[in-house]
Amino acid sequence: MSEQFELGVAELGKQIDARISSYFSSCVHCGLCAEACLFYTETGDPRYTPIYKLEPMKKLWRQEHTIRGKLAKALGLSKPLQEKDFADWEELVYDSCTLCGRCSMVCPVGNDITYMISKEREGFSRAGYAPEGLKGATQRALEIGSPMGVTLKTVLATLAHVEKDTGLSVPVDQQGADYMTLFSSMEVVNFPEYIESIARIFDAAGVSWTISSKAFEATNSGIQIGNSDNAAEIVGRVVTAAEELGVKYVISPECGHAYTSIRWAGPNLIGRPYRFKVIHILELLDQLKQEGRIRFSGKTDEPVTFHDPCQIVRRGGVVQPQRDLLNGIAENFVEMTDHGVMNWCCGGGGGVSANERADELRIKAFDRKRKQIEETGVNTVVTACANCRMMLEDGIEENEMETTVIGLTELIADYLVTDAKEQSEVR
Amino acid sequence: MIAQLIDGPLWYFSLTVFVLGVLWRLFMILRAGVKKDLAVPRDGSGAGALRAIFSRFVPERTVRRHGKVQLIAGYMFHLGLFALLFLARPHVDFFAERMTGFGWWSMPYWAFIVAAEIAFAGLIMLWLYRLLNPVTRLLSSADDYVGTVLVFLVMLSGCLALAQSVEALRLTHLLLVEMLLIYFPFSSLMHAFTFAFSRGYTGATMGRKGIRA
Repeated sequence: MSEQFELGVAELGKQIDARISSYFSSCVHCGLCAEACLFYTETGDPRYTPIYKLEPMKKLWRQEHTIRGKLAKALGLSKPLQEKDFADWEELVYDSCTLCGRCSMVCPVGNDITYMISKEREGFSRAGYAPEGLKGATQRALEIGSPMGVTLKTVLATLAHVEKDTGLSVPVDQQGADYMTLFSSMEVVNFPEYIESIARIFDAAGVSWTISSKAFEATNSGIQIGNSDNAAEIVGRVVTAAEELGVKYVISPECGHAYTSIRWAGPNLIGRPYRFKVIHILELLDQLKQEGRIRFSGKTDEPVTFHDPCQIVRRGGVVQPQRDLLNGIAENFVEMTDHGVMNWCCGGGGGVSANERADELRIKAFDRKRKQIEETGVNTVVTACANCRMMLEDGIEENEMETTVIGLTELIADYLVTDAKEQSEVR
Repeated sequence: MIAQLIDGPLWYFSLTVFVLGVLWRLFMILRAGVKKDLAVPRDGSGAGALRAIFSRFVPERTVRRHGKVQLIAGYMFHLGLFALLFLARPHVDFFAERMTGFGWWSMPYWAFIVAAEIAFAGLIMLWLYRLLNPVTRLLSSADDYVGTVLVFLVMLSGCLALAQSVEALRLTHLLLVEMLLIYFPFSSLMHAFTFAFSRGYTGATMGRKGIRA
């Protein structure tokens, strides 16, 4: 048994709190969580049952937190955790779980299985049992400041393009601005139109905003891989930058897990509340719309549906703003059968998209989303997460579907009344 | 001699094991602690916890569509069992005589039979589902089967005892109840108490985020 493995087991033991203890005590092995997991529904493999992914942690819990388990351990009737347990379960813990949280919504005894798996990852990653893709992403996030290796130089080059295309100035390191905006690397690299869109929207709404040269990345690979120390360091950079600039708000980009990382996990990772508030871009846009600070020039008559990013909705609590916004710019907004907090994941959350080993399984699991989209009979899917968008586009291409994916913020920018004269006419 | 043991010391012993064991398990859960959540809440955790404790009695659409057998069988078994446990005449008399000092309304004999049939049907369906479904078969441990068998035998002996009015059957039923009480705190039967904790913890966390869970 290696020293690193022992550290991992010790870490796993530390993660078992009252919540997890009550969850294991309550589980009656009904298997209903399987029906909520797209990895099970699309493969039919019982090993993908969410609660089964927690067998190593359950074994440790039983031995350390139950009378029978302690007795069995003392009498040598139960074996301690072995390296093989971690090796055998690594794929289940990382490849077949997007931390989407759907299983947590259906469990009859209320177990938050997603919380348990994220805690289980803490032990696995400490023991060295984590996918290479996620290890690399975390390393890059720590060393370069971005899981995709995006440097400040690249960001500034992108901002220069945005300024050229929009004719607007993008403020960087603006002391005392109201809002500090974060991005995900995927937005910088793959969807710079998101940055262009918010520049145009904020200009139209007269929002005082800035980007920090010290912390532009919103995503947190430390949370995905399950390493609280790394996660704290990554989120700490944002906190330091925001507090140095003296902003009132930090804006989480569309990216789902960035939001839960900075909004809900962040203060617990650094061990104190922030001296600023965190707002999701969709919450802010909805607020600007309600305040009459942004207005729309019309509505698209193209039927659209919406893919809810799990971390924004089910794990983040932002459910209605995106619907209010979409109804403001779309004549024919068709909800998917399971939407809002019960949406189905794109298949690439929770670090799965950074894990190449999981690609085949992810594409198979995408079949759930394919069926959902096809049921709506709509060819345009709007979403609000760069990662979801990439996964949707990947799945759509694999399945040769005639579907277009667009970001909600971009769609809003497309229908934005920007000219001051037009603004007054609308009023 | 054996009858006196079952009716007297063994009953009090099993009851003591049950009460202390359950309290110990709950203490073990609470002792593990939960860190204070430092994120600014969107909504109240108390209301979220309370909502989840009750809202999870109503199954979510996914469960209604894909978990019909567990859902129907689960409700049949639990409702039937509670009716038998708390509303069967001999039980009401037993509680009044040995524990509470007062009794309450009890079911007529025909209702007892109906409740027993519902409970048995539910339990057997759950049992078969556990054995036949690949997911539950993979998840299930010996504990799940021992618990099921014990509950089944307790219910069977109880029904026979009431129908036959034979002292030996009553004692057999009581002995099985005592075995169940001793086994209870060491098993997943503890969910009868811990479900409120697990639902509450999740509901509180979700509630803070403004999510109805």
